[in-house]
Parts: sequence; C-alpha cells; structure tokens
Amino acid sequence: MQKTIYQPGKKNGIVRKIETITKHGDRIWLGLNFSMGVVIIVLMVLIGILLWNQSAASRQEFGLSFISPFARATWNPVNGTFNAWPFIYGTLITSLVAILIAVPLSLGIAIFLFELCPAWLRTPLSLLVELLSAIPSVVYGLWGIFVFLPVVIAPLGKFLGNALGNLPLLGILFIGPISASGSSRLAAGVILAIMITPTIAAVSRDVFMAIPNSQREASLALGATRWETISKVLLPYGVSGILGAVILGLGRALGETMAVTMVIGNSISNSGSLLKAGYTMSSVIANEFAEAVSALHSQALIEVALILFLMTLVLNIIARLLVWRVSRKSSSEVRA
Amino acid sequence: MAELNPTLDTSLKVSYITGRKGYLRRKLVNVLMLVLTGAVTLLALFPLFWIIGYVMAKGGQYINLDLFTQLPRPAGVAGGGVLHAIEGTLMLTLVAAVVAIPIGLLAAFYAAYHPNTPLGVGLRFGTDVLSGVPSIVVGIFAYALVVKPSGHYSLLAGGLAMAIIMLPTTIRTTEEMIKLVPTNLREGALALGAPEWKTALQVTFPAALSGILTGFMLSLARASGETAPLLFTALGNDRFDLAKLISGGVSAGQSIFNILGNILQQPVDSLALTLYKYSQDPNINRVNQSWAVAFVLMMLVLIINILARGWVEYRAAKLRG
Amino acid sequence: METALQSNQLTTLANENQRGLINSSAFTFSKEKRLPVLKTKMETKGLSIYYNKTLAVEDFSLSVPANQITAIIGPSGCGKSTLLRSLNRMTDLIPRTHVEGSVLLDGENLYAPNIDVVELRRRIGMVFQRPNPFPMSIYDNVAYGPRIYGVRNRVALDDIVETCLKQAALWDEVKHKLNQSGMAISGGQQQRLCIARALAVEPEVILMDEPAASLDPIATLKIEELMQNLKSSYTIIIVTHNMQQAARVSNFTAFMMLNDHKAGSLVEFGETAGLFTNPKHKQTQEYVTGRFG
Repeated sequence: MQKTIYQPGKKNGIVRKIETITKHGDRIWLGLNFSMGVVIIVLMVLIGILLWNQSAASRQEFGLSFISPFARATWNPVNGTFNAWPFIYGTLITSLVAILIAVPLSLGIAIFLFELCPAWLRTPLSLLVELLSAIPSVVYGLWGIFVFLPVVIAPLGKFLGNALGNLPLLGILFIGPISASGSSRLAAGVILAIMITPTIAAVSRDVFMAIPNSQREASLALGATRWETISKVLLPYGVSGILGAVILGLGRALGETMAVTMVIGNSISNSGSLLKAGYTMSSVIANEFAEAVSALHSQALIEVALILFLMTLVLNIIARLLVWRVSRKSSSEVRA
Repeated sequence: MAELNPTLDTSLKVSYITGRKGYLRRKLVNVLMLVLTGAVTLLALFPLFWIIGYVMAKGGQYINLDLFTQLPRPAGVAGGGVLHAIEGTLMLTLVAAVVAIPIGLLAAFYAAYHPNTPLGVGLRFGTDVLSGVPSIVVGIFAYALVVKPSGHYSLLAGGLAMAIIMLPTTIRTTEEMIKLVPTNLREGALALGAPEWKTALQVTFPAALSGILTGFMLSLARASGETAPLLFTALGNDRFDLAKLISGGVSAGQSIFNILGNILQQPVDSLALTLYKYSQDPNINRVNQSWAVAFVLMMLVLIINILARGWVEYRAAKLRG
Repeated sequence: METALQSNQLTTLANENQRGLINSSAFTFSKEKRLPVLKTKMETKGLSIYYNKTLAVEDFSLSVPANQITAIIGPSGCGKSTLLRSLNRMTDLIPRTHVEGSVLLDGENLYAPNIDVVELRRRIGMVFQRPNPFPMSIYDNVAYGPRIYGVRNRVALDDIVETCLKQAALWDEVKHKLNQSGMAISGGQQQRLCIARALAVEPEVILMDEPAASLDPIATLKIEELMQNLKSSYTIIIVTHNMQQAARVSNFTAFMMLNDHKAGSLVEFGETAGLFTNPKHKQTQEYVTGRFG
C-alpha cells in the first residue's frame, strides 16, 4: 500500500478527491437550480403556446367575429357557430361590479388598519380579513346558492329593479325582475367583491405603511386633521401602489370560476341587465368543456381560455409596472 | 449675528386664516370618515362570520363517521360517504407536492442567489405571470398536456394542474425565507470551505425550513380548495377506492410501480369537486352531504391558514423581542 | 415670568429696532421698574416626557420670550427633539408616550383636556430636520394649509403663496416655476419651501428641529438669515447640535443634558451672549468650550 505523504501547501490525496467531487457538486447544484428556473419560464411560455395552438381551428374559422358584440351568430355548439361576446360581457360586467364594491370597502379597511387600529389589534384583524380570501371558492358558491342569494340578493335585486329599472341610461343594467332564486350577474358581482376585498385591502395597507412617516408628520404639523392628511397627502402619494392593488384584485375577479358559476345562472340571454342570469368566460369553460360536442367546440372553448389568459396576463404586467414605479419613486426621494 | 436683509417683506398684509370659522365642520368630517372606516371593516368581516357560522351549523348536522369511511351509495339511497373524495384529495395533493416541491425549491434557490441574471429576472417575471393565470386555464393546459395525449382523465393530470397552481406561491415564499436567513450564516459555512450546495442544503435550508413549510402548507390549503382545474383533468370518480386498487394490484402480483401507475391513471374526485357536484344534485341527500363536505373542507383550510399565519407571527414577534 | 432686559440687551434691541426688525408688541413694561420687559410666548412648567414608562425629559421648566429666537442646545441624545415635539404635541403621535406637567401658549395649557390639537398645531408650526415637501407643485405645497382651512379664492391663495415664499427667501428662485414639483428642487430650497409652507397657516410660533442639519453651509446661511427676518413676526424655537449656529442666530439659549436619571433636563437658560461667554454652570462651560458633546 502506498504511503500518502502529506505535503503542506499542496493539495493532498483525499482533499483533492473531495474537491473534485464537490466542484462537480456545485456545478450540479447550480445546474439543477438553473434548469428548474428554466422549467418555470418554459411552463409560462408553454401555456401560451398550447392555448394558441389548440384553438387554431376556432380562430381560423371565426376570426375577430368570435369576440364581436355585433356578430349575428351566438354560441351554438350544435350548429357549430361560436361567438364569445356574451361571456366576455359577463366576465367584464361582474368584475366591474365587484371592483366598484370592493375598492371603497378595501380602502376603508386599509385606512382603518393603518391609521386607527390599535397596534395589538392590527395583526389579528388583518388575519381575519385574509381568511376571507382563504375560504375555497366552492364554499362561497354553496353558501351563495342556499343562503346569500335568497336572503340578500333576491330582495336587493327586487329593490334595485324597482328603483333603478326605469332610469334612462343606467336603467338598462337594472331591468328586472330578478329570478326567484336570485341567480344573476349581480349575485356573482357581489360575491366576487367579497372574495377580492382582502387582496386589495392587504396590498393597499402595505402601500400606506410604506409611505415615509415624514409626509404624515408634515401634514399633521400644519394643523390638518387625520382624515385630511390621509385623503390629501397619503392617498395621492400612494395612488399608483393602490392602483396596482386594484388591478391585482381585478385580475383575480376575472379568473374566478366556481363561486361565479354557481350563482350566475349560466344562461346566454339577450338582456345585459345585472338582474338577469348571465354567463362568464370561466363558467362556460367549466360547464361545457368536459362534454364538448365536437372538436370545434373544444377549440372554441380553448380560444375563450386563451382570451382569458391574455387578459389576466396584461393586467398582471400593468400591476407589476405600477408597483415598480412606486418603489422607484420612494428611492428617488433620497436624492434631494 | 448673521447679516440681515432689511428689504425683505416680513408679514402678510391681510390675515386669511386666523379667526376663520368652520373648525367644527372639519372635525366632524374627520370623525365621520374615521368611524366609517371602522364600520366598513366590520361590514367586510360580517360575511366571514356568516359563512363560517352557517357552514359549521348546517354542515355539522350531517357529519357522521360514515362520511369519512364509506364510499358513496347510489343516488337516492341515504347514507354513504365521501371516502373516495378524501382519498382523491390526498392523492392529488401528494402528486402535486411531489412535482411542485423539487421544482419550487430549486428554482427558489436560483432566484434568491442570482436575482440579477437574465434567468433570475425572467424567473421572477414567470412566477408572477403564473400566479395570475386563472386556475381554469391551468386546467385546460393540463388537459392539453396529459389528458388529450393519454386519452383519458387521470389523477396525474389533476395533480399536475394542482402543482402548477402551487408553484408560484411555493417559489415566492421559499425565496423570501431563504433571503431572510442571515448572510453571516451562509458566509460562515462557505468560509469553512463548504461548497455551495452543501451550504444550501445543510445550512440555509434548515434555517429557512419552518418558513418554507409554512408557505408550503398555505399553498397546499389553497390548492385543495381548487375545483375548476379538476373538472376536466381528474374529472371525478365515484368508485375510486384506494384500498381496492392496492390490494387488487398486490394480489395480481404487480410491482409497486405498476400499482402506482395504475392509480395515477384513474380519474379521481376531490373534496372540493365532490362538494360542487353534490350541490348541483337534485337529490336532497346529496345536497346535505355537500354541506358536510363544505364543513370539512372549510375547517381544513381555515385551520391550516390560522396555524400557518399564527406561526409566522409568533416567529416575527420573537425576532422583535 | 418676565425677562428684565440688561443694558447691553437694550443696546442690541435699539440696533435691531433701527433696522426695522423689532415687533414692539413683544414688549411690555415691567410694573415696578418701568423698563421694557419681554413678554413670554410659551412656557413649560415641570414638563416630563415618558417613552414607554422610561423618562426621556425630566422636569423641564422654561420661558420662551415672544419674538425672539431661542435655541435649545445639548449633546446628542439628550432629548432636545423630544422636548421640541412636545411643544406642539407631536409626541402624541408616538405610541406609548405620555407627558406630565404643562406647556403654556400665551398662558393657556396645551395639554388641558379640552384643547383642540388641530388648531394648536396651526398656531405652532414645525420645520423638520430633513425637508419633507409633499409630492405636489411648489404652489400646492404652500397652499396646502390655507386650502384645508377653507381659502379657495385664487387671488388670496396667490397672495399667500407669494408672501410666504418671500418670507422664506425662496420667491425669487422659484417664482417662474411654481408648478414644478416641490421635490424637484435642491435640499436647501426644499427646506425653505417647508418653512414657507409652515408660514402659510399663520402660526405664532415656529419650531425648528435642526433645520440646517442636512444642508450645505451656503444653504444653512440662507436659513439663518431668514430666521432673523422672521423673528419680528414670529417666536422661533430652534433645536441645534451646532453650537456656533446657536451663538450666531439666537437671542436666548437653553442648555440641556442627560441627568443622573438618564433623562434630559435643563441645565442653564439665559441670554445667548452671556451663556456662551460667561456660563453660570460648570457643565455649560464644559459643553460650550467643547470639552465634551
């Protein structure tokens, strides 16, 4: 057996061996991390590509008339004609209603948590608000069908139909009567509002907390009340961050499926009224995809998914840009 | 004394503000708006308590042991349970975890240590995009990727869909937890001559572990509540019986890989999916069972969330001292 | 408390009067001696400030004369800023602080229960260590206060903006770019903007917390210059860690430092020239000659 002579300063036998292994080890490690990172990017691109490819026939067949509000064809799987406008309208209008309700609520919550809430209450209260968004969508749907709709939406719809249905422009949205069960776009919009409020509120609260305290101090030292400080200094300061929060919430509302499907009524109607049953992009996919009657039907549904994907993608990018702008703003202040 | 400029005008000719009335109005508005924000917060929490209370009350009525141990009876017949859905949920989360954990952890390490490389930036962008993709679109993707080529719905497709849904949150929380590990810990290990990979696995990872686990539990909770992507990947299966599949395979002399493969090919139900289907069922028994399932699902998700976030808060409070 | 004037002070005052810098309402006549004495604008009596049960400032009693510049000096960390902030109740904004003793403005205790804090903060303005203009135009920054108080008339607002910017020695530099963002100007200009903004709500007292700390010497000089001009209309209290600045700028100086209880307390208060050349306390002497601090 060879004696291993220890030579100080030089890399000796076993040390050299370990080094070679671990050098490879580091390379392997980096390689693994790198490839997994690539996997994510590939995934993102692949989703887009697959959606695009698998909807090719439908896109070729219908072109732009697929999304046109003015096309004469409607969504008819039996005949093989497909126009997705009713679903696009449904998605947009329910999300709009959700945003209109959720934004003031969320801002109020964010302001309360930031300004008024005693420190010990802040975390438990924030947790409670976040739990609202943790409840699974189907549970919202179940509660919606059997509890919320009969108790709140049906009477509310009746009231709104009577009060607003006859107004000139706005009345179009409130032409009643609402169905006995309460299934309607209004129901979907309100439940969506409950579901996205925590998202918008949490991000908005973080935006408020990121505003330098010196701004608040300056305003209060001038003799402004707390509300004046919030509304005239802090809100304008954080407006792009809050806008980002709203867009994030909007993105979530657009893609929400189960709760909406269970309360919206799932029917294509001619009326645009909030009180009538409607259909959204995600609902139609959920209801029809597993039982698509033809290849073209499947492709049309995938095209709907593609449109949904693109919408949420664009919103996501806008939201990120807004957040990026806010972080640039607060760091550029340090210059002066 | 500093030099003086006697030509400087030093006072307002007219007083615009001192002595003005109207303070009461400003104070009133202030109090009103602030009270309003408190009211709004209560208003927002009201549905939370309503849903939780109602589901617990109504669902609690129909919870029994059978629910957890029996397979479903034919429609119209009372009794039976949702064992198939429970097993399905477990299998789905298992598949999702097996796929999402390695990818998520490794990608997170890259994002944490190489944030400014092209891939690092792209990775952050990709994670953001993925987190914004609606879950139903993810379902379509899994359909196109797995169901269509294989010709049938399967546990594998459903698990894959869930994995994609879990990935963004897993990566994000893991990355943040890694970044929270104090740099001197990592530097100390590296200075001792430990290679990068050993440092990561033996020093950084254990230090960040509890945070990573918490994030993972939260994304699991979220994924188990998802229904939409399973509608056309796992589809649902009233007769899914894990015990039967395993025992059948064993008695047929199949290897463990065969049995596993067989299981993965089965369509499968989940708790959320079952909830949905039963809620649409005209049969009152099914509807009642859907409330019971809602109870189980909701409690599961809520408990995981409260524990996870409570744990995070506890660690943060300890750090603050 | 009235501060009787020494003969050298009378000479200084006569000089300043000649230069049009004196506000004669700042003086009354002492009943006994028929000599002019300075009125007291603000006063603290036994003021103690607690942060979270720890004493930060202990038993501080001070009389601030009207229409004078009073400097508060002392080693860093002795509680000068805390003291200053308690004067316009900005300490209320910090959780778990409480205050004992009283702070009087024209004889009225500001910590009495029925005091309107909002109005108090209008009458006592504050300029902070780092300039903090709002992300609005220069015009809107100055007009912020008046607008809140209900001034809507464009002519009135223009007048206020111009006058206050002139008082803050900033008008000539920005009069052509009033619509530019208040954050787009230099640090020294931003600080003068903040001063103009504070002046726009017609305060009676202006508190300055190390206003020139983040500025270069030229900008500092401009601020010190405008302080001299402001004093004829306002009472100014300035906290500074810069002794030379206190000596240059102030009429009266209060020296504070941490006592045995690790809380800030008043060591000596007096007319500036006297305090720096002939301090009564040994600690004051050591500080002003630079032996510590």
